[in-house]
Amino acid sequence: MDRVPASAEQPAAAQRTLVLGSGVARAIREHARQAYPDECCGALIGSRGIASAVLPLPNVTKDGPRRRFLVQASDYRAAEARAQELRAELVGFYHSHPDHPARPSRYDLEHAWPVFAYVIVSVRQGEPMEMTCWRLKDDRSAFEQERLDGADD
Amino acid sequence: MANKIFIPTPLRTFTNKQDAVEAEGRTVGELLADLIAKHGDLRRHLFTDDGRLRQFVNVYVNDEDIRYLEKEQTPVRPGDTVSIIPSVAGGSDATVAEARLPALSNEEIRRYSRHLLLPEVGLDGQRRLKAARVICIGAGGLGSPVAMYLAAAGVGTLGLVDFDTVEFSNLQRQILHGTPDVGRSKLDSARERLNAINPDVRLEMFDTSLTSANALDLLGRFDIVVDGTDNFPTRYLVNDACVLVGKPNVYGSIFRFEGQASVFATGEGPCYRCLYPEPPPPGLVPSCAEGGVLGVLPGIIGTIQAAETIKLILGAGEPLVGRFLVFDALRMRFRELKLRKDPECPVCGSHPTIRQLIDYDQFCGITRAAVHPPEFETTAEELKAQLEGGVDVVVLDVREPQERVINRIPGSKLIPLGELPGRLQELDSAKDIVAYCRVGIRSAQAVELLRAAGFGRAKNLKGGIIEWIDRVDPSQPRY
Repeated sequence: MDRVPASAEQPAAAQRTLVLGSGVARAIREHARQAYPDECCGALIGSRGIASAVLPLPNVTKDGPRRRFLVQASDYRAAEARAQELRAELVGFYHSHPDHPARPSRYDLEHAWPVFAYVIVSVRQGEPMEMTCWRLKDDRSAFEQERLDGADD
Repeated sequence: MANKIFIPTPLRTFTNKQDAVEAEGRTVGELLADLIAKHGDLRRHLFTDDGRLRQFVNVYVNDEDIRYLEKEQTPVRPGDTVSIIPSVAGGSDATVAEARLPALSNEEIRRYSRHLLLPEVGLDGQRRLKAARVICIGAGGLGSPVAMYLAAAGVGTLGLVDFDTVEFSNLQRQILHGTPDVGRSKLDSARERLNAINPDVRLEMFDTSLTSANALDLLGRFDIVVDGTDNFPTRYLVNDACVLVGKPNVYGSIFRFEGQASVFATGEGPCYRCLYPEPPPPGLVPSCAEGGVLGVLPGIIGTIQAAETIKLILGAGEPLVGRFLVFDALRMRFRELKLRKDPECPVCGSHPTIRQLIDYDQFCGITRAAVHPPEFETTAEELKAQLEGGVDVVVLDVREPQERVINRIPGSKLIPLGELPGRLQELDSAKDIVAYCRVGIRSAQAVELLRAAGFGRAKNLKGGIIEWIDRVDPSQPRY
């Protein structure tokens, strides 16, 4: 099982934080629990540094939903539209790793978009466990891990 | 004439926060080229290293995806809006651990040209192969084609585990080794052959047997494990270790004219124990040395293992996860059995009871102590003395008829092992019986059988006819 190392150069004090607003972590875990043993996915809406709303989205991957997720273009558009409705922004996306650690894989790295926060929740035998947050470095070489505030909500 | 390109949220940092940018061009391709000329940072997020639009970048002209139009040649007219809409994808597989893919030299690009031409490989895929670390357990029948094809394919680091020396009878199928290599360590011979195929491959040789003491450490250093072993204890050891360290196990096995292949221990897929929770009783399934094997068979199965390994590295196609391939060379038929992960599997199930490597010899019923007590055995010299001294001893040949044509102990009677239970009445329990086969393994079973049936004077010829030829009668051919 691969792991993509977090950027080692970031000192702890300089680490960015993503704040999960009230109910957000719970909603993510609930979605992950329902989707198990498949990966769940969805959008995070809010403003810079804060995710205040969650939009669960269908996982339309053809490569096996237990180990891959795919948000199709039309659903992405729906997420952008919803963000606009709420007079907010699309902050990032969340997905789950069934029976795998909440760390991004090589596949995650290759398909990542810059700027977005990627929240991953690990689901072990149906139980959502650790939740982490990652952002793609501008040069695409790795993910930088971010602190998650409100993940235990 | 300028058209508007709508920029999605994640790319707006590179376009001065604008959500729409004007660009010039008559086709989508030209527009994108102009866009990148104006905002260079966009290039790496929109395009791969070899200039193709990334898979998850969707481009729409008005409301149609260019994939269903003319792709980048799609013409753009005044008033058309072009939108870049992301797909968002990710997953928890992919087997290469490194975040950075190594670059390829010009020479490597020439060497792997035929790979690079395949869309499923391409430059990215070949770099993934170069970054990959694969360990192959065994440099024999299965290990030979695996190692050779993985080296040819450009797998960056190849580990080989074997402690054996090359024997003459290996050459019928172990094509890593040649006639001049007989007597050399298999790893030395392998190193030369693999270096000749591809000197860029980093070889890590482990002149040891794989044991419960070293398996986790060894396998943990690689991304994928290829099982080319020839015995049950090691198969279970490899399987359990792969599950414990979380590495896929590309499995292959052969027997006479039949072969099997699958990919175990992938997390969501089954492991070897899901299929075979218990090993067969010792001696039931003969090794190649006892049962024989068609030389090309490990070539076929081993090459399949190499193909599966490459697919895992590339993330291409459909690997044999949850699929058990059974091959019959005589009938040239492939069958596939569906395998499911067993939720009760003691190693990879939801409540695993095996979290450490165990004693696999014990698990497979193989004890290191003498399999048979000394009074059940006689040696070639002792038998010779008995025969020359006129002692009334029945010499029983329990081999197959095709073996008997090659050589025999004079005066012996043939009852193949499989027929023995039904032909006991042909033997006299009051007499001394000495049973033999090729090397003494089948005949040991025969003696157990005979003694259990009341033939208290049955003994096994230690070392079989091979030792008889070596020590008593070298005029006969060995095989």
